[in-house]
Amino acid sequence: MFLIPCPHCGPRAESEFSYGGDAKGSRPAVPEESNDETWIEYLYLRDNPKGGHEELWQHVHGCRRWLRVSRDVVSHAVNGCRDVAEGGS
Amino acid sequence: MSSYSLANLFRHGLGGHKGWKPAWRDPEPKAEYDAIIVGGGGHGLASAYYLAKNHGFTNIAVLEKGWIGGGNTGRNTTIVRSNYLLDANAKFYEHGMKLWEGLSQDLNFNVMFSQRGVLNLAHSKGQLETFRRRGNAMRLNGVDAELLNRDDVAAFCPELDISKTARFPVEGGLLQRRGGTARHDAVAWGYARAADRRGVDIIQNCEVTGIRRDQRGVAGLETSRGYIACRRVGLAVAGHSSQLAAMADVRLPIESHVLQAMVSEPVKPCLDTVITFGAAHLYVSQSDKGELVMGGDIDGYNSYAQRGNLAIIEHVAACLVALFPQFSRLRILRTWGGIMDMTMDGSPIIGTTPVPGLFLNGGWCYGGFKATPASGWVFAHTMATGQPHALNADLNLDRFHTGRVLDERGAGPYPWLH
Repeated sequence: MFLIPCPHCGPRAESEFSYGGDAKGSRPAVPEESNDETWIEYLYLRDNPKGGHEELWQHVHGCRRWLRVSRDVVSHAVNGCRDVAEGGS
Repeated sequence: MSSYSLANLFRHGLGGHKGWKPAWRDPEPKAEYDAIIVGGGGHGLASAYYLAKNHGFTNIAVLEKGWIGGGNTGRNTTIVRSNYLLDANAKFYEHGMKLWEGLSQDLNFNVMFSQRGVLNLAHSKGQLETFRRRGNAMRLNGVDAELLNRDDVAAFCPELDISKTARFPVEGGLLQRRGGTARHDAVAWGYARAADRRGVDIIQNCEVTGIRRDQRGVAGLETSRGYIACRRVGLAVAGHSSQLAAMADVRLPIESHVLQAMVSEPVKPCLDTVITFGAAHLYVSQSDKGELVMGGDIDGYNSYAQRGNLAIIEHVAACLVALFPQFSRLRILRTWGGIMDMTMDGSPIIGTTPVPGLFLNGGWCYGGFKATPASGWVFAHTMATGQPHALNADLNLDRFHTGRVLDERGAGPYPWLH
């Protein structure tokens, strides 16, 4: 169990959140203009790094906001967390 | 090296058992091999064994960064079954089941394969109907399956709480009698010894740090024990497939997750089959030492840490007590975690890669152990011929590009099936 520092609710246990996977890559904005490779990239392919990982979590048992979390997937140290509405990649 | 037999046991007994030799050599890596398999787990060792046995290769190495069988081969819950719905999976795993049935004799090593049955419990009429469908699909593929009603379940496993007042009353179940368990370490050791006897070099404490390529494809491997030339390299490193593939600039449809397993304190024999819980996620059997061996879901977020979260352990224990109230006073003795390759459709990947000479065996999600013999068999074929075997033709990496994903659970075209 690790703590995720929710920008709205403060540090909360990971069990309050629902995992949303790798935050890299976004859904093609205009699907009909996208090609197969772009879809395959978005749907299936992952960097799957051993170390720092940018990922999405939803605070389902809190503010229900989607958050972008920087976490080390070996040590589980959380090195940053912000609301996805704040933008940036 | 002498074979294991009653006569040899007796002969060595006369000498005070001082004459036994190590079961495999500890060779120095050669400068060049005809085939190298990266990863000395069950899959890698089985692949090397079948490359030597079925395809006549004599100059093979298995490179292992730690010790053989020290990864997921030594961390699973030892369950063997072939109760799959889709044709591609059913045929592949059933081939594996047939290999399991003769494995101890083939390897001259007792893998303690015990066909004690695997019973999947259903807790609603609807779930029982999906099991009926799965059972019929299995029988059409020549796999044994029996649909049990509630009374049959009570007779087959009297220890279960099948009362109407149970938290999730049991409606019935799907039984594969040929399923069961095997001794996981013995599978690694048996394949290692059998491969070594056919000349395979098993090189432990040898970590691959780079994959060297030229115009023809793979040229060799950079390792912690020096450069080794080889034009035919197979990766069998599930958990770290993404890292190894990245050394050859191949991206995979895989995330690494931690899966936990645990054992209770050992008790006298009380459970003579494998039970899976259909209402939540639990699979449990009893080891020959008497421990209840169990597991459940992955923790649910990317992880390369071979340790997990207490919440999952509590969940697994709660499932166990819901099915078997009499186990409520058992204590958990040990828990551990292993790193799983979770593919985007929940099915494994065995086949070629975009890099000539580089082959991939991975994406086992958390069902790799039972596949060990079949996986080695078809991976050896794929590495030897450069083409997939009929049994792994559908398990290719290309399916994510062609859209022919293998959605065993029947959950629809959803990319994140785990």
